[in-house]
Amino acid sequence: MKNKIIRGIPVSPYLTIGKAFIYLPKDTTLRRLKGGGNIDGEISLFENTRKKSLEQLVELKLELKKLPSSQPAKLIDVQILFLQDPSFLEDVEKRIRSDGESAEGAIINFLESLERDFKDIPSSYIGERYFDVKDVGDRLISNLHNEEDSEEVKMGLKGSNNIVVAKRLSPSETVQMKNSDKINGIITELGGKTSHIAIIAEALNIPAVVGVNGLLDEIESGDEVIVDGISGIIVIDPNEKTKRRFEQKEKEAKRIRDEFFKGRELPATTIDGYSIDIAANIELPMEISCIKKYGAKGVGLLRTEFLYLTSDSIPDEEMQYRFYSEVADTCSPDYVIVRTFDLGGDKIFKTEIKEEANPFLGWRGIRFALSNEGIFRTQLRAILRASAKGNIRLLIPMVSTVGEMIKVRRIVGEIMEELKTEGQSFDENIEIGAMVEIPSICLLADRFAGVVDFFSIGTNDLTQYTLAVDRGNKRVSKLYDHLDPSVIKLMKMTVEKAHQNHKWVGVCGEIAGDLVAVPLLIGLEVDEFSVPPSFIPQIKNVIRGLSLKEAKELLGQAEKKESAIEVRGFLKDELLKRFPSLKDILVEDEK
Amino acid sequence: MYEKKAKIMNSLGIHARPASMLVKLASNFESKVELEKDDIKVNAKSIMGVLMLASEKGCEIIIRAEGEDEKEAVESIVELIEKRKFDEE
Repeated sequence: MKNKIIRGIPVSPYLTIGKAFIYLPKDTTLRRLKGGGNIDGEISLFENTRKKSLEQLVELKLELKKLPSSQPAKLIDVQILFLQDPSFLEDVEKRIRSDGESAEGAIINFLESLERDFKDIPSSYIGERYFDVKDVGDRLISNLHNEEDSEEVKMGLKGSNNIVVAKRLSPSETVQMKNSDKINGIITELGGKTSHIAIIAEALNIPAVVGVNGLLDEIESGDEVIVDGISGIIVIDPNEKTKRRFEQKEKEAKRIRDEFFKGRELPATTIDGYSIDIAANIELPMEISCIKKYGAKGVGLLRTEFLYLTSDSIPDEEMQYRFYSEVADTCSPDYVIVRTFDLGGDKIFKTEIKEEANPFLGWRGIRFALSNEGIFRTQLRAILRASAKGNIRLLIPMVSTVGEMIKVRRIVGEIMEELKTEGQSFDENIEIGAMVEIPSICLLADRFAGVVDFFSIGTNDLTQYTLAVDRGNKRVSKLYDHLDPSVIKLMKMTVEKAHQNHKWVGVCGEIAGDLVAVPLLIGLEVDEFSVPPSFIPQIKNVIRGLSLKEAKELLGQAEKKESAIEVRGFLKDELLKRFPSLKDILVEDEK
Repeated sequence: MYEKKAKIMNSLGIHARPASMLVKLASNFESKVELEKDDIKVNAKSIMGVLMLASEKGCEIIIRAEGEDEKEAVESIVELIEKRKFDEE
């Protein structure tokens, strides 16, 4: 019994115990370049490998067809065609028969010469296709090794209760993993609170801890492991005492969650009658069912980057329209706030964006959209058309100047004219709001109030830009906390100016899901919280136990604190005084 | 032998998806089909060959076929490129 404890960043507040399954990238290191005389053996090894790979790709294509975007499935076509490409088959056969190469050597040498040819292509868009070919090449080599190793026990997910342990998980691996009911928990060495695996794990209620330093040195496949997504603690090979304590905590957390869940449909109204809307943040089609399940009043933030992340070209208008309409229809008569593509920074958009020295200060959000008007207009058309199907509002990310919102309004106006001419229906009075992520909006909120219908505060970026901290950078990430008094002050300025101008304000950043911050946001009198669906019951529960009057007092005291640590400590104490049972589900502070 | 010129009309050129469409179409014919651009000739039934041509919007390619259904092969590829614009617009 090692009972070894390591810590990471908790991203999905659930607990589990299971067996570690180490997920390794495919083994594609070269084993054998020359054939050794058995030409027919090498030819049939190649043929078997090729057939196996084809079967896998056809299966993958069927799987991807279930996604709302048709692009990923179509991209697999390139790989399928590659495996049937006559020039590839002829070249490999020639290498094996005349040059005495092994099946593996022939594939690798062919890919190398192909890579050189592709590198000469000036168009980056087409040159990128080499990565598809490289991907299928890796698949071939990995299958070929498997074919050779047929006697060895092949690693795979067996039974249930698997804890996936990985260095990192790419968006496509994450998407594949989501279908498995054999996965009980996820731990990764890299990644942070906003990585894709974090968003998906939370959506699926899978306990997850990311950013665990030295994870793969500590853990072995088959180890029993506890994943505590509330505190970020991982226990490898736990002893009986730890297991009992953990099971107790799990039971208690579940009991509290179930208790809260019962009250999910009750309104979010304080003791003294102050009501706010609690909406859901969603991104993936599979989350649509969670909206009603957790008692959300509509969707306060529909992220649309997912449409890009699972493909690498531009999703067309019809496909976007179908997705937005489905969400609008599910939520009607409640609203759905669709945020236009927020690409750039840490997001992936490999075919268009060149590396920037300072991506977070660079070409992202509305800046990217206004210089790629074609993409932006396609999305706006899809959103506007979907607005005929329900109650849709439009949200623009990364706004830093009033001029940007004026441009957006002009483009929206033009598209409305276009749609009218085509006889398409849409909501002519669609509300258009700006994300409050850059301090310039807070400072000039009264002027912005003249060009927006609402504000939505995204505290993650607002905190990053206010404190000049990259939370992904371990050396400075301790400075990052959305409870910093400066961030509270900026939010207060925004809400006051907005309300003076009769505009409403929502909060969709992580702060809205941070239980200790609830009294603060109530005290600020924000009109709406938007949080991950599974957080809704507990937030409503806290709101129903508070009064607006005491929330304002707590805000007043918090504002006077000198640091985020003091604010957090103060609010946590006050919250636990009122709701002692919360101690089992409050995410513990990072040490 | 039968050949014809076609001009690429869709905005992103023959990228992955159009290339797949073209290869699948060409593979339906018995004839040997090749594409030529700037003196580079490739097999139209080879996905890598077609991608390697790197045909962007505005460039002209020659479609050439030899065999029993050569005329039909060339005409349907020209239609895919110029009329259907790879079903993109």
